[in-house]
Amino acid sequence: MLVKDGVATYEQVISRFPKQEFLVKPKAIIECYENIPCNPCSTSCPFDAITILEDINQLPKIDFDKCTGCGVCIYNCPGLAIMVCQIIGDKVRFKIPYEFLPYPNESETWHAINRKGEIIGDALIEKVMLTKRQDRTAVIQVLVDKENLYDFVTIRRKI
Amino acid sequence: MSKYSLIKVKYMIKKDLVIIGGGPAGLCAAKMVAEANQSCMLIDRNQILGGQLIKQTHMFFGSEKQYAKTRGIDIAEKLVEDVKKYSDLIDIWEDTTVVGLYQDKVVTVLKNERYVKIQAKAIIIATGASEKVLAFENNDLPGIYGAGAVQTLMNVYGVKPGHKIVMVGSGNIGLIVSYQLMQAGVNVLSIIEASPKIGGYKVHASKVRRLGVNIETSCTIKKAIGHENVKKIETIKLDENWKEIEGTEKEYEVDAVCIAVGLTPLTNLLSMIGCQMKYVSELGGLVPIINENHETSIENIYVCGDASGIEEASSAIVEGYLAGLHACKKLGKFHPKNDELMNEYHQQLTNLRNGPFGEKIRIGLKKQGVCKDVS
Amino acid sequence: MRIKEHPILNFKEERKVIHFTFNNCPVTGYEGDTIASALHALGIKKLSESMNLKRPRGFYCAIGNCSSCRMIVDGEPNVKTCVTLLKEGMDVKVQSNKGEIYD
Ligand SMILES: Cc1cc2nc3c(=O)[nH]c(=O)nc-3n(C[C@H](O)[C@H](O)[C@H](O)COP(=O)(O)OP(=O)(O)OC[C@H]3O[C@@H](n4cnc5c(N)ncnc54)[C@H](O)[C@@H]3O)c2cc1C
Ligand code: SF4
Ligand code: SF4
Ligand code: FES
Repeated sequence: MLVKDGVATYEQVISRFPKQEFLVKPKAIIECYENIPCNPCSTSCPFDAITILEDINQLPKIDFDKCTGCGVCIYNCPGLAIMVCQIIGDKVRFKIPYEFLPYPNESETWHAINRKGEIIGDALIEKVMLTKRQDRTAVIQVLVDKENLYDFVTIRRKI
Repeated sequence: MSKYSLIKVKYMIKKDLVIIGGGPAGLCAAKMVAEANQSCMLIDRNQILGGQLIKQTHMFFGSEKQYAKTRGIDIAEKLVEDVKKYSDLIDIWEDTTVVGLYQDKVVTVLKNERYVKIQAKAIIIATGASEKVLAFENNDLPGIYGAGAVQTLMNVYGVKPGHKIVMVGSGNIGLIVSYQLMQAGVNVLSIIEASPKIGGYKVHASKVRRLGVNIETSCTIKKAIGHENVKKIETIKLDENWKEIEGTEKEYEVDAVCIAVGLTPLTNLLSMIGCQMKYVSELGGLVPIINENHETSIENIYVCGDASGIEEASSAIVEGYLAGLHACKKLGKFHPKNDELMNEYHQQLTNLRNGPFGEKIRIGLKKQGVCKDVS
Repeated sequence: MRIKEHPILNFKEERKVIHFTFNNCPVTGYEGDTIASALHALGIKKLSESMNLKRPRGFYCAIGNCSSCRMIVDGEPNVKTCVTLLKEGMDVKVQSNKGEIYD
């Protein structure tokens, strides 16, 4: 349970995903489950897809029709709680925030990791993005099996 | 006389306004004061201005008005830059410790082995906080550090506190410092938390949990084991009445332990000058009683930031602005946008403290005497 | 114990080496270190002993609040080594009493 061990429940996780039909296009998945005083996701989205009302303690609400999957919110969220996800055949393409060294290299295979920190499969590294605007939060684009759609959350180097 | 005796400076320096502490609160107070064309002296005991921010490598929460999504280290740089622009109005004394504060508003400081006296008309106290300690067997062994110390060591000096570490406390500080330890390449074996729930933001908890760090709630540290430094610790589970459950002891081999069980306002100067104080657990301990202008029970002595109650950098920034505005207004210098800014900042504070995480603060502030910036 | 690479921070590699002594042994740190950070980087955690029971003590707060890092520096006792910058040629010793000043 989130309040006991930091792991969101399956119900919480899927409540943040749109219907799978939507995911033929990339969409942002916002795993922010708690009313905290915070709003950069909403102020940074160039397409006004995320709203947090007057009271910045409100949960962010996303409009999947407006979200283009551009990924700007990924590195603007101080909670590193946002990723972008797109279904491509029997694979899923994720863009995730990553703040550890060493960074992966393109075309390497790393472990795919779930919310408990366990290995659930392989993640093929497609792209490593780190522009000045990202302010030292790298965004890694990976491809994982579709069965990991609701489990995948980060990557770990294979040793 | 030994060569270590202090050199006393005989004359008294005169200043309208002295700000003690150059963290976010003190820096923002100084900025407002200078904008109102009022001169001041800003004193900090550290060689670098910025307070707690100089070791915060993570992006901050809040709204963009208080520099949300910017890393603490960069917020510090911006705030310091702002203040340095007013070098004609703000007299900055770094590496200077305030050692005494007296009823007649005399501030005594220690600077390069010199003892200097300053006579002020008004004083803003923004000394921040100190870390709480936890009682357990052998808690004084070397290798057992406060979370702030661990951060300073690794993020300011680039030295790892150890290789294998257990974090005690799952508030935001415990969670964030765990993450930062991992970024520095330290193995965090576990985060233990006495309460049945994680204390900090769950986004932070999830962030460390997915890296494979176990967060164990209802669990505390029983003792540390080692001779010259800590080698092992023993933890134990707690039942719903916070009683130790026998037989649930667990050992971890560690070379460092990080204690993150909260902060308490650094108020010794306030007590020394005789401000009325009150124990408010929601605000971290002993706090000064203040009115809605951030003024203490002594006229022209103001307090802002963590020193007046533990909150966040975002609120310390806004409180600093307000204390600055109020102090110079009373000295007869009006900020050109005084009324507009006051409204705006009071609104920002109310907004920041609005959510469930602000509840403790709201209760605390009511006990402390400030009812204005909470809804 | 030094951090070699870091995703957010940039620790300059070519920092000036500072020579000093710890309990009379020659050791080194870097410019910008405090005495305590230089010792910690060398793996030295015990900085003082408690006054009565002579229990080993390291630093705790690293910002000059708690005094558990007090050491004898160039003959001067009770120096808070967590906030005192390291200087070339310093003579640093573990302190195990209240500290007395010798002329
Ligand atoms: C690990 C950690 C993570 C945090 N994360 C966040 C976050 O994400 N978002 C957020 O909003 N807040 C965060 N905070 C909280 C934030 O850092 C503090 O609330 C904020 O720094 C308080 O500001 P301040 O100016 O009151 O005090 P400080 O920053 O503590 O500054 C006080 C200053 O006073 C000086 N001083 C003290 N005594 C004296 C004296 N006698 N003489 C001279 N100078 C003196 C000190 O040297 C210091 O520079 C975090 C804190 C920690 C420790
Ligand atoms: S991915 Fe782009 S469009 Fe979608 S919510 Fe994030 S910032 Fe907005
Ligand atoms: S920026 Fe991130 S942590 Fe902040 S409200 Fe948005 S999703 Fe939540
Ligand atoms: S470690 Fe606390 S004063 Fe040095």
